[in-house]
Amino acid sequence: MQQLETLIEDAKQLASGALGASQATDEVARQLAICNACRYCEGFCAVFPAMTRRLEFKPADIHYMANLCHNCGACLHACQYAPPHEFAVNVPQAMAAVRGETYVSYAWPSAMGQLYKRNGLTVALALAFGLALFLVLALASNGTLWGGHAQGNFYKLFPHNFLVLMFAPVFLWMALALAVGVMRFMRDVSPTTTAVRAEVRDAVEATHNVMTLKYLDGGHGEGCHNEDDAYTLSRRRAHHLTFYGFMLCFAATSLATIYHYAFGWEAPYDLPSVPKLLGVLGGVSLLLGSAGLFRLKWSRHPQHGDASQKPMDYGFIALLFLTSATGLALWLGRGSDALALLLALHLGVVMALFLTMPYGKFAHGIFRSAALLRFAVEKRQPSTLALGDE
Amino acid sequence: MVDVLVIGGGNAALCAALTAREAGASVMVLEAAPKLWRGGNSAHTRNLRCMHEAPQDVLVDAYPEEEFWQDLLKVTGGLTNEKLARLVIRDSSVCRPWMRSHGVHFQPSLSGALHTARTNAFFMGGGKALINAYYRSAERLGIKIRYESPVERLEIHNGQFMAAHVGNERITARSCVLAAGGFESNRDWLREAWGVNERGESPSDNFLIRGTRFNQGLLLRHLLQDHGADAIGDPTQAHMVAIDARAPLYDGGICTRIDCVSLGVVVNSEAKRFYDEGEDFWPKRYAIWGRLVAQQPGQIGYSIIDAKAIGRFMPPVFPGVKADTLPDLARQLGLDESTFMQTLNDYNQACRPGTFDHTALDDCHTEGVSPAKTHWARPIDTAPFYAYALRPGVTFTYLGLKTDETAAVRFADVPSPNLYVAGEMMAGNVLGKGYTAGVGMSIGTTFGRLAGAEAARAALKQGEHHAAA
Repeated sequence: MQQLETLIEDAKQLASGALGASQATDEVARQLAICNACRYCEGFCAVFPAMTRRLEFKPADIHYMANLCHNCGACLHACQYAPPHEFAVNVPQAMAAVRGETYVSYAWPSAMGQLYKRNGLTVALALAFGLALFLVLALASNGTLWGGHAQGNFYKLFPHNFLVLMFAPVFLWMALALAVGVMRFMRDVSPTTTAVRAEVRDAVEATHNVMTLKYLDGGHGEGCHNEDDAYTLSRRRAHHLTFYGFMLCFAATSLATIYHYAFGWEAPYDLPSVPKLLGVLGGVSLLLGSAGLFRLKWSRHPQHGDASQKPMDYGFIALLFLTSATGLALWLGRGSDALALLLALHLGVVMALFLTMPYGKFAHGIFRSAALLRFAVEKRQPSTLALGDE
Repeated sequence: MVDVLVIGGGNAALCAALTAREAGASVMVLEAAPKLWRGGNSAHTRNLRCMHEAPQDVLVDAYPEEEFWQDLLKVTGGLTNEKLARLVIRDSSVCRPWMRSHGVHFQPSLSGALHTARTNAFFMGGGKALINAYYRSAERLGIKIRYESPVERLEIHNGQFMAAHVGNERITARSCVLAAGGFESNRDWLREAWGVNERGESPSDNFLIRGTRFNQGLLLRHLLQDHGADAIGDPTQAHMVAIDARAPLYDGGICTRIDCVSLGVVVNSEAKRFYDEGEDFWPKRYAIWGRLVAQQPGQIGYSIIDAKAIGRFMPPVFPGVKADTLPDLARQLGLDESTFMQTLNDYNQACRPGTFDHTALDDCHTEGVSPAKTHWARPIDTAPFYAYALRPGVTFTYLGLKTDETAAVRFADVPSPNLYVAGEMMAGNVLGKGYTAGVGMSIGTTFGRLAGAEAARAALKQGEHHAAA
């Protein structure tokens, strides 16, 4: 009952278009008043230059800055006011809490935003294996689950059109949900980031900052923090492996779709075909990257980020890892009796990945890219402040 | 037995420890604070004043030796030692590659501190990032670091360091560097030094300490009183600025500064003005306002501005007291309303029309009011009005151990063969009074490195004697 009321309240707030203040935004505003009077961290990332353009921090400013924050930890370890200081400044943690709230409030449909809070490791795995089990049962019911019936051709198990029917709606749903979410974000933060429209050069700059993970370089190129105050490039590298691995897999699938419809070249493809090459390279990269991210998250300094969001992070990392692991297993086991089983497993995992994407950790990339775009726009405009020299 | 024992855990101590270790000595660092509070006042710093003849990475233009020296001469009113000052100035031009090699990163001047773009190299992330880098480097080099290890006393025979006592433990070493800071956190000592004023007040009871609570000065007092080490400086001299009265008693650091003094007026608890608020740019004047406020009754002042000043100064950490009328502001501050209005009306009527420009020494000044306000004087007449209460905030004290260009501690004007000093414990040799931004870190870095090198040399020479014997 309580949950239902919360849901209704959230929905009302969203319907009115107001993303108000919360305990989490109040806490960020409190901390930024301290930061803005100190400013030692200006060189680390985009958050602090955005801060120095402001004297007040309204909820929209905080939603914007929270999504600019990469949770790199640099400002925490350098902070003279971090706990145990009575000011208890921990910007990455305070920002993470707000970020979590923005994901929920920008989600479309709004009621689905609550999924962010429940989208943990257990849910992700249960969904993946539930879907796989469903497919396994389907195969078992027509007697194709075990043995070499398919001779490496999985369209004999699930016809191509069946797969398209299954994945296309899920994919389109994901794209639509994220697009609406990011539009809501932009509507919230554009007015407070000068309201000037983004130009091509802003998009180029933001894309560069996204693709290179510029703000995980610490401002000096030696990287961000993980378990302690030492800099490391491992998180940036693991993220690159994950992101580019995922993109290669995505490119492999897209290319295969073009092969299928434009040229009538049907899967399966094997080495050295381009889709397979992209897929194997992407799969291995994704496997290594997601394993690395898991290890780093596991050993992360306890004061980094919002602990309540860790299950969501692990859920996403696990699905990425399993997507690549089952995909590679499917390729390696294509001639074996287990082909059908492996296929069902892979399809189940991929389906779960896409279903949870708009309501899980994946969304961080979308909102952060949007925030970086607004940062590129804002930084080009002259500041309205003339604080002089202190 | 270690070769070099370093007592202290801030910038000067670590510069000494790293340098001694690089010279081949085994080194132990004794930091009084627990790990989470390590680094002393260095964790609150942000830059280093650097001499340079031409643009250098984050530094623009040039800041030649002579100009640096003249600046130092001006702020100290001649209370400095030219030989040691020039040593610091010259070292400040060459120390940064060494700092970088130990993991320190530099960045251009911060927004709101552009006046230092030429003279000061900023640490990326500030002093705590620098301290963290030095500790990582120290651990990597095999320097033994012990936290929560305040040294209570030293054994010194005929000027020669023998051992340090931490609790019940006696720690021996071939040589020793003292870099344990000033005594500004020791309330009793401050009270003793500042005494009782003509109003019967102990002014220091109202001082706030901007830095670490661990600078109790116990070792400094032990050296001066029990061992008769040569002293330098006046115990009432300190880097003291006017800060927000609501700042915590310790560790308020940079963010508690109030930067709107030159944009309005400052009154004391009797609601009267007491000094020219527009004498010069705030960065050149903030260091005298701590003493000015310390001389007022109750050691408190109130910086009063109106709506015209908003957005013209660095945002303060706490919101100001806000009122729609000046009498209401006086009431909220608990000041006598009629005196306050008299002071404000006198000031407002004395303001001569001019062209206001807070980025230049403009022509807005008063006539016929005492004290005058010589720049940026505009009537305080536009609601809402804001007030910020000010207290003296002590950064560090200048009373220290007398030293020379070998960084040796001196007894009856004879340098110790193996006891050295660096940082705030000897900064008074260079800074007899006054302050200029970043010079504390220049002194700490220079004398830390010097003391470390000398201590290593003394220790290794002793080691050879032992080996030969």
